[in-house]
Amino acid sequence: MKLYPIRGGIHPEYRKELASEKAIVVLPMPHSLYIPLQQHIGAPAEVLVKEGDRVKKGQMIARSQGAVSAPQHASTSGTIKAITEVPAPHPSGLPQTTIIIEADGLDEWGELPPSIEDPFVTDPAELRARVAQSGIVGMGGAAFPAAVKLGLGAQKKLDTLLLNGAECEPYLTCDDRLMREYADEIIDGARIMARALGTPRIVIGIEENKPQAAEIMTRAAAAFPMIEVFTVPVQYPMGSERHLVQAITGLETPARKLTADLGIVVHNVATTRAVHHAVRFGRPLLARVVTVSGAAIRTPNNILTPIGARVTDLIDFCGGFVARPESIVNGGPMMGQPLSSLEAPVVKGTSGILALTAEEINDKPTSPCIRCGTCVTICPCGLSPLDMAAFIKKDKLDVSAKLGVMDCVSCGSCSWACPSHIPLVHYFNYAKGVLRDLDAETRKSDRIKSLAEVRTIRLEKAAEAKRAALAARKPAAQSATAEEKVSA
Amino acid sequence: MNSIKRSGPFTHSYNTVQKTMFTVLLALMPATLFNLYLFGWPAILLFCITIGACVAVEAGCLSLADRPVKQTLSDYSALLTGWLLAMSLPPWAPWWVGVLAAVFAIALAKHPFGGLGQNVFNPAMVGRTVLLVSFPVAMTAWVLPHPLFSAGAPGLVEAFAITFGGNMPDTMSSASALGYVKTELSRGIPVTQSMAQVPDLMDRMMGYRAGSLGETSAILILLGGLFLMYKRIISWHIPLSVMGSLFLIASIFNLVDPAHYASGLFHLFSGATFLGAFFIATDYVTSPVSKKGQLVFGVGCGLLIWLIRNFAGYPEGVAFAVLLMNGLSPIIDQYTRPRMFGRTSKGEPLPLSGGKL
Amino acid sequence: MFVAIGSLTVMGVVLGGLLGAAARFLAVEENPLEEELKELLPGSQCGQCGFVGCSQYAAALAKGEADITLCAPGGKAVIEVLAKKLGVKADLSGHEEKGPEHAFIVEDLCIGCTRCIRECSTDAIMGANKLMHTIIVEACHGCAKCEKVCPTDAIAMVPVKVTLANWHWQKPEVEPVAHAH
Repeated sequence: MKLYPIRGGIHPEYRKELASEKAIVVLPMPHSLYIPLQQHIGAPAEVLVKEGDRVKKGQMIARSQGAVSAPQHASTSGTIKAITEVPAPHPSGLPQTTIIIEADGLDEWGELPPSIEDPFVTDPAELRARVAQSGIVGMGGAAFPAAVKLGLGAQKKLDTLLLNGAECEPYLTCDDRLMREYADEIIDGARIMARALGTPRIVIGIEENKPQAAEIMTRAAAAFPMIEVFTVPVQYPMGSERHLVQAITGLETPARKLTADLGIVVHNVATTRAVHHAVRFGRPLLARVVTVSGAAIRTPNNILTPIGARVTDLIDFCGGFVARPESIVNGGPMMGQPLSSLEAPVVKGTSGILALTAEEINDKPTSPCIRCGTCVTICPCGLSPLDMAAFIKKDKLDVSAKLGVMDCVSCGSCSWACPSHIPLVHYFNYAKGVLRDLDAETRKSDRIKSLAEVRTIRLEKAAEAKRAALAARKPAAQSATAEEKVSA
Repeated sequence: MNSIKRSGPFTHSYNTVQKTMFTVLLALMPATLFNLYLFGWPAILLFCITIGACVAVEAGCLSLADRPVKQTLSDYSALLTGWLLAMSLPPWAPWWVGVLAAVFAIALAKHPFGGLGQNVFNPAMVGRTVLLVSFPVAMTAWVLPHPLFSAGAPGLVEAFAITFGGNMPDTMSSASALGYVKTELSRGIPVTQSMAQVPDLMDRMMGYRAGSLGETSAILILLGGLFLMYKRIISWHIPLSVMGSLFLIASIFNLVDPAHYASGLFHLFSGATFLGAFFIATDYVTSPVSKKGQLVFGVGCGLLIWLIRNFAGYPEGVAFAVLLMNGLSPIIDQYTRPRMFGRTSKGEPLPLSGGKL
Repeated sequence: MFVAIGSLTVMGVVLGGLLGAAARFLAVEENPLEEELKELLPGSQCGQCGFVGCSQYAAALAKGEADITLCAPGGKAVIEVLAKKLGVKADLSGHEEKGPEHAFIVEDLCIGCTRCIRECSTDAIMGANKLMHTIIVEACHGCAKCEKVCPTDAIAMVPVKVTLANWHWQKPEVEPVAHAH
């Protein structure tokens, strides 16, 4: 088992011990579930139900719209209380259309699609259709529709399905627990996905700080010669798709290409388990394991949470706060997003809810950059964070773009390490937003320019036609006068 | 919960500017204490005056610039500048040397550029070189070590006379090894001969020789440098490339013409080579940020040190060499940016076939 | 001393002469600038700058007869690129940045007179005679010409909505060290 080095990276305090030994527990069904139409990258789903409708568990309540999209399902049985705007689990706290289900407490299953008896002889297209129909998205955080990613096999020659069990974010233990408790389901899901993708080989990457998970997964995979389990060094951000691929295969994914262009598709272990449920039992994605942790939480836990439960339900279940949380984070502390409201729902991409104290966050006022170069040394993408931030600070976003700000994956390593506490990643997030806006604006103004040209041409043609018509009448009139003269 | 103004990450290393500076001071401690002991009370007085002056000038500049004085002083950067400056002055120099050097270091080299992190040139070295060029006599009045409480060492009262009265006893002055070899060479005496007169390698390593506080004890400076590497404050790139290139070029010329060029070992253990390599050239603010750039920078420093020592008017070239390379740092940085992930060194996306490393 | 004065004088005359000759014989025609400036403008011919269209404004800019802050739909971004192109300092003090806007038709007030449709330079208004009109937001660049011709004040300019899709972080506020404790 040969591994390859990856550039840079950091070793933050992992603090996984807060929740790593807590077995997955099931959240009691909350009274209301808030299911946003958009829990994935791509187009939002289209509502299929109306207020007052009775829905059953597993029933599709919004269907996928467009090529990159995913449907939503009722996570329990009950009544549609409202379809309205609710703050999204997003730092902006902006509202988003959400279906609110009032649970009836029966948790009664609706009609599910049949189990696929032997997925390994089934047409890959049928497997993909099942995954798409089940609303499965990448559960590592990016929430990209899984079926779209499984469709890559039809377009590109693939050789490896890489299961991402690195879980390099501090605090998070949901994937660790899943691998320890449901290894067989993950392995089965992975084999189904390999069938859908057409890859002959499955590699599972697990960071060394999860020895039990690695051992259990190795044992579960022993029966299948196509599966290899790799333990990779503890080095944040090992769980970044491109870096994990590099560590295991030595291949560096070119900029603006996908790992699939190298023949490798990466899926998260939780996604894999969801695929197992969808194919073997016809069950759509209705719940996920969420790590609730942080020093401000009374009892950190790994909780199997129905999609649509609110963050506040999770925190209450964990006994509430023992200290004043400085921030509530959706995801891990490195790449997670701050939450503006505890009312926001848990969605398919929510891997963790962290209530962190000021002490844990260890934020300090920003002081001048002393050019120590740590950010350059540790940047896993080979960028120069200090220079990019300096240019962004002076509003020279075009220069920062030349230095590669759009290649930044926002892993947070530079901000974490900066002795001057400069919010480097925040600068890059801001610059990326503005540059994307500018790009969109340029595209819009190009379109508007062509629209205006089309109109000008049309008006000119109309004017031309008018003139021509006028000219056609004029000679006639003139000849008429000439005749009159002659006759006179 | 606060309203959200900051994106992540929501965890941070315990590394701070203050801690970094403090660790450097800690690394300088053994060499400083030993040298203060060697050169006695006048050195201790000058050391305190220089550091005090640096901190005072920094405070003055900050209040002129309307910036918070107390918080900024607590980053220890002025203290470190003063410390390094004091270590590069002749230990028995009069008080005004320390004060003037401090003014040039802080008020000329640091604050006009915008304070900490903005200066192009190493403040301590600017202070030292301005003084060296302006007051060559006072700046090259080296003395042999007179350890505290030893026979012949000046007491506290005599020390005041030396530092504040400028009563340097003539009999005590001595040339540094580099200066001696250079002077002899200019008188036509080959290096091979004059070498016999300089303190032997062991003495130079331990520090029992004439020189500034930071020049004498190579071993203790090395110890401090290794401590900084262990603490990951500095990496091996600059020290090794400075010393390696200096050693290499000196050895080559020494092999070719031993009568004119001293050996690599002599250059390594003379003057401020160790202090320069571990503490001066490695200054974050004025050296390149990428490892590749640091190697270029270090090699440049090493070569310049040798050139200046051999061909320029001054026997010692560390300060000049570092300052010259400081000026090149921004451009070195620009040409030694790391290769971006998934891109060629020119910034184009890697070809698909060439993905294999 | 005379040698020095003499040689410097000769050098001055020769170099000055060269510069003068270069200015006369190597002069660049100025016309390309007009074309380049036109490229930078939105090109929707809305006429809010006071000129007939974008080409006329570009011509005036090239001659230095017009201020660079006149293009309303272009906003701050256009002012900045113009300033860069013309090598002048962008004076944004008098220019309040409203952010991108688009027209919005209050359908209850619309009488379907089609005047706005005739005015719109990008065909961003849909509708027919005696029928309510609506704005195609993607094609509207916020020139506000329609707002001015509407007889019933049924058109309002509204800011482009911030949504989850286009939201992004603001520039970080780095608090001055003075506030630190």
